Amino acid sequence: MIKFLSLFGQYLILLKKVFSKPEKAPIYYRQTMREMVYLGLNSVGILAVISFFMGSAITLQTAYNTENPIYPSYLIGLGCRDSIILEFSSTISALILAGKVGSNIASEIGTMRITEQIDALEMMGVNSASYIILPKIIATLIFNPFLTLLSITVGIFGGGIAGTLSGVITMEDFIYGIQYAFVPYYITYSIIKTLFFAFIITSVSSFQGYYVNGGSLEVGRASTKAVVYSSVLILLFNVILTQLLLS
Amino acid sequence: MIRVNNIDKSFNGNKVLDDISISFETGKTNLIIGRSGSGKTVLLKSIVGLHDIDNGEIWYEDVLFNKLDFNDKKEVRKQMGMLFQGSALFDSMTTEQNVRFPLDMFTSKSMEEKTELVNHCLKRVNIINANKLFPAELSGGMKKRVAIARAIALNPRYLFCDEPNSGLDPITAILIDELIKEITEEYSMTTIVNTHDMNSVMEIGEKIVFINEGVKCWEGSKDDILKSDCEILNDFVFANSLAKQLRSSLK
Repeated sequence: MIKFLSLFGQYLILLKKVFSKPEKAPIYYRQTMREMVYLGLNSVGILAVISFFMGSAITLQTAYNTENPIYPSYLIGLGCRDSIILEFSSTISALILAGKVGSNIASEIGTMRITEQIDALEMMGVNSASYIILPKIIATLIFNPFLTLLSITVGIFGGGIAGTLSGVITMEDFIYGIQYAFVPYYITYSIIKTLFFAFIITSVSSFQGYYVNGGSLEVGRASTKAVVYSSVLILLFNVILTQLLLS
Repeated sequence: MIRVNNIDKSFNGNKVLDDISISFETGKTNLIIGRSGSGKTVLLKSIVGLHDIDNGEIWYEDVLFNKLDFNDKKEVRKQMGMLFQGSALFDSMTTEQNVRFPLDMFTSKSMEEKTELVNHCLKRVNIINANKLFPAELSGGMKKRVAIARAIALNPRYLFCDEPNSGLDPITAILIDELIKEITEEYSMTTIVNTHDMNSVMEIGEKIVFINEGVKCWEGSKDDILKSDCEILNDFVFANSLAKQLRSSLK
């Protein structure tokens, strides 16, 4: 418990350093743009592929579980849409990004630490925590909602394709289903969750990397810890946010 | 001038620096020597403020550095340049961007002025046609020279070098040593060099401090070092067989 509190305190101190006034705004802006490409744009491909197959699987599973003639077939489209918007595109995408982006951030910052690049920044009088971490947090907070929207779109598209190709639903029914009883707030809910998850992934992974002490072995461990802790926190906050936003 | 007075530093109860007092003179190459693990790097990092000391004082001219807050320390740090053991160049930046970084961060010069200054610094350390190369594409000696160029970009008053020629062949190591000495005289800086290389001591050492197990054991010039009667120092200085033979032939 004491260890947990000490780590949490260290995390808060790091965040205080991160959110202090930037030395030179144009440099931070340039860094943020770079991170958007590095952490955001470079994740589009993997997320699109995963979302497509995720949407396909959800549609097929919904179809096989609602084979009863009482249920109209457009419910398959509705089920696919709500599952993707409410849970899969925000939470599952966040878990995937925790693996890809989180480990990347922790190992990058960890390597900077063990090769004294962070010391070099501090030596120059640069707030290293803010210079390295703040652009990453801003970049993911801006870009991840777009990733979620992309995931929703591709996921539903994948569901439609899989549904029609396998013959479990016609395209007309599927489109009717995804428009039926649509609640726009679900999109807001999904975006709010994404913002929380983006902050968790970036800050927790940066924290793990920033305080690496030792060599390459410790960088590897920090990278693993970043993914594990981020994933657990994402799932925990998923429950909390669902209760707060949907109840 | 930099003065450290009675500084102590411990890690997890293990005392690494014990009551060290030294003054480092302006315009001279001051050397801290000692075996690996003797506390040289901790001492250097404490002097520049990368480690907080437990007790004692660190003075830069008449400024008590270790009592300053982050923003005030930042002002003093703008006058410092440091060459790290592993060069510590930023992997994601080219040679030119690495040297330009402190200028981008702390000056309002135009891009043309900065580029001119970067080229001047790179030329000064004999790095030519490598502006667009990344650190991974540079040799060990080139990395050190680029790191020196970055360290002198803001025309600092103080230069700190942690094992500047570790991992380099003897000829490149001498070139780096000479470069440090020349730059120190040219910019009239206070330079502190951490080393365990006796070649460096004989090449550039003007004031030498010997640290052993976190304690200052000896202080003097390179002429005094060969005549010292400090046993631990002699064990260090005449550690290799060539030095031992030289010593016996001198006797």
